[in-house]
Amino acid sequence: MRRIVLVLVAINAALLAIGAALAPARPARGLGRRIHVGLVFDVGGRGDRSFNDAAARGLERAAAELGAAVETIEPGDGGDRETALRQLAAGGADLVIGVGFIFSNDLDRLAADFPNTRFAGIDYSPTPGRAIAPNLLALTFREHEAAFVVGAIAGLVTRSHTVGFVGGMKIPLIRKFEAGYTAGVHHECPGCTVLAIYAGSEPKAFADPTRGRELASAQYDRGADIIFHAAGKTGDGVFAAARDRHLLAIGVDSDQYDQAPCCIVASMVKRVDVTVYDEVRAVLEGRFTGGVRELGLAEDGVGFVARDDELLPPAVRRRAEQLAADVIAGRITVPSQ
Amino acid sequence: MSDLLGAVLSLAFLVQVATKAIPYVLAALGGTLAERSGVVDLALESKLLAGAFAAATVGHATDSMAAALIAGALAGAAVGALHAAIALITRADQVVTGVALNLAAAGMTRYLLQVLYGQGANSLPAPQLGGLAEDMTAWIALGAAIAVPLVVVRTTFGLRLRAAGDRPLALRAAGHSVAWTRVGAMMLGGTLAGIGGAQLSLAVGGFSADMSSGRGYIALAAVILAGWRPGRAVLACLVFALADALTDQLQMNVVALPRELTGLFPYALPLAILALAPSRMQPPAALGKPES
Repeated sequence: MRRIVLVLVAINAALLAIGAALAPARPARGLGRRIHVGLVFDVGGRGDRSFNDAAARGLERAAAELGAAVETIEPGDGGDRETALRQLAAGGADLVIGVGFIFSNDLDRLAADFPNTRFAGIDYSPTPGRAIAPNLLALTFREHEAAFVVGAIAGLVTRSHTVGFVGGMKIPLIRKFEAGYTAGVHHECPGCTVLAIYAGSEPKAFADPTRGRELASAQYDRGADIIFHAAGKTGDGVFAAARDRHLLAIGVDSDQYDQAPCCIVASMVKRVDVTVYDEVRAVLEGRFTGGVRELGLAEDGVGFVARDDELLPPAVRRRAEQLAADVIAGRITVPSQ
Repeated sequence: MSDLLGAVLSLAFLVQVATKAIPYVLAALGGTLAERSGVVDLALESKLLAGAFAAATVGHATDSMAAALIAGALAGAAVGALHAAIALITRADQVVTGVALNLAAAGMTRYLLQVLYGQGANSLPAPQLGGLAEDMTAWIALGAAIAVPLVVVRTTFGLRLRAAGDRPLALRAAGHSVAWTRVGAMMLGGTLAGIGGAQLSLAVGGFSADMSSGRGYIALAAVILAGWRPGRAVLACLVFALADALTDQLQMNVVALPRELTGLFPYALPLAILALAPSRMQPPAALGKPES
């Protein structure tokens, strides 16, 4: 018995030594203290390689570069979400981030219950007639601006003059993507048909790749040769259909090129990663303020990325960049619904 | 509107319907086997989910489509065996245990995702099934749709299976074990449902939490709607898939129809058929009675 205990102690000591050797040197921290950041993911969850993973990248960078202690929760359904936020706030986090419009009401409540904790809501959608708490930062994006640019790309590369849009949940937020995209398509190709379809009317619509594949297949069968999705994890199914038929697709939120290098012409990116990082930094440097912040093309909060010159010819890229500049300069006004 | 007509009357549309139907058909055939042997199969959902999960994780680890499909089938069979054990040994209410299994599978797959990949909603990428013609599960579903009715009606195993569901005492008097017949039916049924689940995750190259999305319940509804006859259950699944595919087409054309309304169509159509063409078929006499 004693021998076993000794062996265990030795193993323990060895592991501790290894752990100490492997532990990275702590990076310099502003104000000399470590801040705690809690983040709750949206429906699609980690591994959607889109919206949630963008948030996760920002948080990982904040942990690595700013030394923030981070804690994340992937909620199951419904009521879990508020519980997750509450758990993080009650655990003493300096900043609690809710990723997704779905947290809007929960954040309002939490910000009132924990006035000394700072909250940030990505894609926060305000309740009309209700003021936003001073410790709550609502981050919204002008997605339609970047959707307009990728719509123009779709309008320029389509040969069948039919393009598709697959949305996640049918809500005003996703309608912004559709509206901008449609306007962009018609800006470059007035005679093009835009087929638009939504995966559903509940949050699950952002996490249903099977449905994504079915809807994209239906659109490709109707003659679309390029499809833009704004559907989170559901978009995986759109790419599956694209790979299947060797037709084109446009990614969303993150650079999704790696998911279908055969087919992804461009991705409309939403810089959720940069936003998350910036807010952690703002808290660390003591310049966090509540209120509404809206980010568009001009603030580099949204944009597009493309990696394959064969899929996106340089001439089309130049045109897209020109259009983005026109939107920033106010020469083009993009509808948001 | 002529666009819509053209789209619906095309071969591509039939392919969409058939592809949609695969998991429903496999689950419904599995459910028919279980129910005809006398066990209420409310746990089809868990078998689909287990098959989808196992196929994606093994597919990710081995990068082999064959290994992924086999894993899906085995996972379904394992849940079928577990379901049989719970139903026959504990003799608990089969409706309650079925639902409990579904909830357990939903939680367990999330937990295992967290353990395996450190993320609770999605697996890492797995191999992807091709179009309908190259989709192995489509051929398995077609084979099962032909084989299961024959097995149930024409084979000795089928006779025992029906006896276990209708006249368990007679089966026992003939010297056969009711319990083992049911275990066999449940494992075979679980295998089919597991392959149906594998189709779900492999069609999109990865597993997502709760990706069965109630298909197990729809499949069970098809079983009941079909009066526990496997051929008709397949037909009911096809009707459902047809209505669902039609809904997608409608949504692209008729802007005025709200999605919430068209979304009801796939569920309303089988119900309407059920109401208009009542089946004279009775459920298996010993359905849900473990003690007999």
